[in-house]
Amino acid sequence: MKIAQLAGSAAIALLSANAAQAQQTELTLCWAAWDPANALVELSKDFEAESGIKMKFEFVPWPNFADRMLNELNSGGKLCDLMIGDSQWIGGSAENGHYVKLNDFFDANGITMDAFVPATVTGYSEWPKNSPNYWSLPAFGDVVGWTYRKDWFERPEIQAAFKEKYGRDLTPPATFAELKDIGEFFQGREIDGKTVYGLSIYTERGSEGITMGVMDVLYSFGFLYENPEKPYEMEGFVNSPGAVAGLEFYKSLYDCCVAPGTSNTYMGEGIDAYKSGQVAMQMNFAFTWPGFEVDPNVGGGKTGYLVNPAGPDGQQFAQLGGQGISVVAYSEKQDAALEYIKWFAKPEVQSKWWSIGGFSCLRAVVEDPAFATSQPYAQTFLDSMAIVKDFWAEPSYASLLQASQKRFHDYVVAGNGTAKEALDGMIADWTEVFEDDGKL
Amino acid sequence: MHNPIDIAARATPRPVARRLRGLSDRAIAWIFVAPTIFLLLAINIFPLIWTIRLSFTNYAANRPNREVEWVGLRNYSRILTDADTWANMQSTAHFLIWTITFQVVIGFTLAWLINRKFKGNDLLTTLIVLPMMLSPAVVGNFWTFLYQPQIGLVNYAVEAVAGIPASSFSMLGPGGWARWAIVIVDTWMWTPFVMLICLAGLRSIPDYIYEAAEVDRASKWRQFWTITLPMALPFLMLAVLFRGIENFKMFDMVTLLTGGGPGNETLLTSIDLKREAFEKWRTGYASAYAIILFVTVFGLASIYVKALNKVKER
Repeated sequence: MKIAQLAGSAAIALLSANAAQAQQTELTLCWAAWDPANALVELSKDFEAESGIKMKFEFVPWPNFADRMLNELNSGGKLCDLMIGDSQWIGGSAENGHYVKLNDFFDANGITMDAFVPATVTGYSEWPKNSPNYWSLPAFGDVVGWTYRKDWFERPEIQAAFKEKYGRDLTPPATFAELKDIGEFFQGREIDGKTVYGLSIYTERGSEGITMGVMDVLYSFGFLYENPEKPYEMEGFVNSPGAVAGLEFYKSLYDCCVAPGTSNTYMGEGIDAYKSGQVAMQMNFAFTWPGFEVDPNVGGGKTGYLVNPAGPDGQQFAQLGGQGISVVAYSEKQDAALEYIKWFAKPEVQSKWWSIGGFSCLRAVVEDPAFATSQPYAQTFLDSMAIVKDFWAEPSYASLLQASQKRFHDYVVAGNGTAKEALDGMIADWTEVFEDDGKL
Repeated sequence: MHNPIDIAARATPRPVARRLRGLSDRAIAWIFVAPTIFLLLAINIFPLIWTIRLSFTNYAANRPNREVEWVGLRNYSRILTDADTWANMQSTAHFLIWTITFQVVIGFTLAWLINRKFKGNDLLTTLIVLPMMLSPAVVGNFWTFLYQPQIGLVNYAVEAVAGIPASSFSMLGPGGWARWAIVIVDTWMWTPFVMLICLAGLRSIPDYIYEAAEVDRASKWRQFWTITLPMALPFLMLAVLFRGIENFKMFDMVTLLTGGGPGNETLLTSIDLKREAFEKWRTGYASAYAIILFVTVFGLASIYVKALNKVKER
């Protein structure tokens, strides 16, 4: 009896010790401070309950996210065990040893990249690109698209005025030329006693805003980062006639159709402009869309969602956003961090992720027949993810990005020089970066 | 026997006292000064020497695996031959010259006006110094709203005074206003600081000098030029030195207001340097940039301090 009691006590003590140990493990996940991060906090409660591992979060607002987190990684900091880093960080983080390579972990746990949307695997996980070397699990799919005031578009008097001016029905634009017409049409128009404006586009100077906006247009005008046959050869591709026309077009959008004072706007300002009823159409990442659906001013069927329109030759691409989740190489809790990734990759978790506002990249979720009708923006998201392109993900991406920020803002917003000069200047800047890296 | 020094000396533990007994005054002085010198070397001199060394390499702090190459003067020549660097220097010079000019003129005038006895003097002084108590981040965000063409008070004030439609121009956007917009904000925030220093200068002038001038029937104007200004000048020059050094390093407020834009119009050297060092991670290049700026500030400050000393000696 005594032995049995002792054994029982020992077993209870052992179980308590394990539970206490699990309770003691605390993982810190680093990401940007935005709506999806709040959804992830909610989602992660299931992981805490399942594993006994406590989750802590470190969220930094977007304008400072890259600065803060890249400093953390570059200094070998141990703040973050898990990092949902931007897609452009993948090259540097892989080459500089910030992220743990996940191939063996994926193989051992039956996680296959074929289960995820191909564009997100290439964009968020692979380095070098198009090689089976995985440094993250696609966590949050995102892409630049457009929202428009469906309720305004449907008003008979507005439709009539548009038809009278342009000779066609006011419908969501299929091409950028149509988009500009709509922007011009709404610019300065009185709606419900208020002056409204045509478009909200990205013009932010400090981090990545204007580059994301310009690239979103340039791709469909024929811009290429490099010669597909000869890497890093940019002359004639970055500054091709199509690219020049695309940049001129973006400037024309800025000149004709934005609200006054929008010379330094990005995601947050776009959301504010759209929700407050200031603009008819808004360029923004898909992550903003769930927020519009529940907004009292623009939700409840007042907003329509639109894939990036096509360029003059019918080409249609969109700027990729989104991130993958990685294990930080400096973390002392890598096993627990991998445990989180294993849990996050489960189809049922991904399904819940989508239902609470996270843009899942799992094909089982997005290819489900019910997916397209699950949210008003679901089909637009799917269609947009099929046409994505992304900025350089090289280890020197920040230098490349700063160069494009400078050149684009100088031309589009400040109005200095020509589009050709801006793109030529950008080639010169990028060439210098690649020469410094020994790639040219 | 009850002298505090004797008491303190007797409190020294015997082994320590025995060891110190054989040391000269100079050696003891060195022992006391050594920690400070060590800290100075560790925190200031060593990083400076290290930065100079890095400025001749292609080192990138975010790429520890890359081989560090000695590039000689390449970083320096690139910086000094880059048109953008000179454009940024021009923006910085514009910001420095105009902020200091406005702050000195307005600050000195305010100090001169407030240096009189009247009811509510203390309250007024407190109200005037409020802006400099705010955080630059708060000021940056606050003025971004004030400059907003549709809801900002500044544009509405311009419309009311000059009749220019409020939403037809943007202080922080294209059109050449952005450089002036940041000058206005800095002047609003830091004029009180200059005013306080000038006030200290004005209050240090003994009344009997003015009384003697009154006896000699010197006019107010003459008293100002021959007594007030010369005697307050060292204080004024000190304020200029402080503001000059501070504004050469200006980063936070301008970043919040314009992010360096439109284009590169308000890209001050400190913002550019931060981007090179901590966004592009071109550590070697940024080190060379920092050394160039250091030499510039150090050189200008040295000349200025010499001038300040001459004024004081007068």
